[in-house]
Amino acid sequence: MNTTEILFFFLSALALFSAIMVLISKNPIHSVLWLVAVFFAISGHYILLNAQFLAIVNMIVYAGAIMVLFLFVVMLMNLNSETEPQKNLWMKLAGVISGGCFLMVFVSLVRQATDLHAKKAMTSTGDIGLIKNLGKLLFSDYVVPFEITSVLFLSAMIGAIVIGKKE
Amino acid sequence: MPIQYYIYLSLALFSIGIIGVLTRRNAIIVFMCIELMLNSVNLLLVAFSKMHLAFATANDKLATTVGTDGQLFVFFIMVVAAAEVSVGLAIIVMLYRNTHSVDINFLNRLKN
Repeated sequence: MNTTEILFFFLSALALFSAIMVLISKNPIHSVLWLVAVFFAISGHYILLNAQFLAIVNMIVYAGAIMVLFLFVVMLMNLNSETEPQKNLWMKLAGVISGGCFLMVFVSLVRQATDLHAKKAMTSTGDIGLIKNLGKLLFSDYVVPFEITSVLFLSAMIGAIVIGKKE
Repeated sequence: MPIQYYIYLSLALFSIGIIGVLTRRNAIIVFMCIELMLNSVNLLLVAFSKMHLAFATANDKLATTVGTDGQLFVFFIMVVAAAEVSVGLAIIVMLYRNTHSVDINFLNRLKN
């Protein structure tokens, strides 16, 4: 078992454990902090796959900006484990069973896909994840979607202001 | 690293996100579980892009930029997620201001 495999299994275990803790912690602030841990584990996976640009963007945008926004809203509403609404036990059980059925169907699907069995993802080699290659493609083939993104952000900003404004 | 490991990891994270959406009533937690599902898809896209690159370089040594599109899709998914979060949290703040709760069961008054 080499270093890449050890790191892969460690990061996977961290991601899955933190994702489960997001669900079962009663306090919403703890949920937000566990989700930040999931995002850091996924950033570790990106570094392992040599997608360095996405690793940094994931850390800055998701773990930095988006989760701070979530934390800000949770603290603004002063939510804690006492005010947390709970579904009844049967609804929770039904949710877990349906999610487990989804997982089971797709795992059996992947196990039957014999094409995938010999395929390997390239780890720690291959430089398509570097900003040089991504930037070249972004400003040649994908320049129109990239510019439309600015319109999307403008409309999101205006929408957030209009919705959040007091009448 | 075999691609199946990445598929299983992404599936497990996606299922945890689905279970969270189905079992929690706090609107913010439901929203966070949607973010978790988006992230598992991102991870799978990056793993598939590197799988595609490994397959292409095995046949042709010069094919060094195959699979860059997959990572750009991840970049665009992050962009859309950031826009979605800002609007979604504004809606949740509005819901809280009107009902003094983030319980999504209050939203069933949209039925009438």
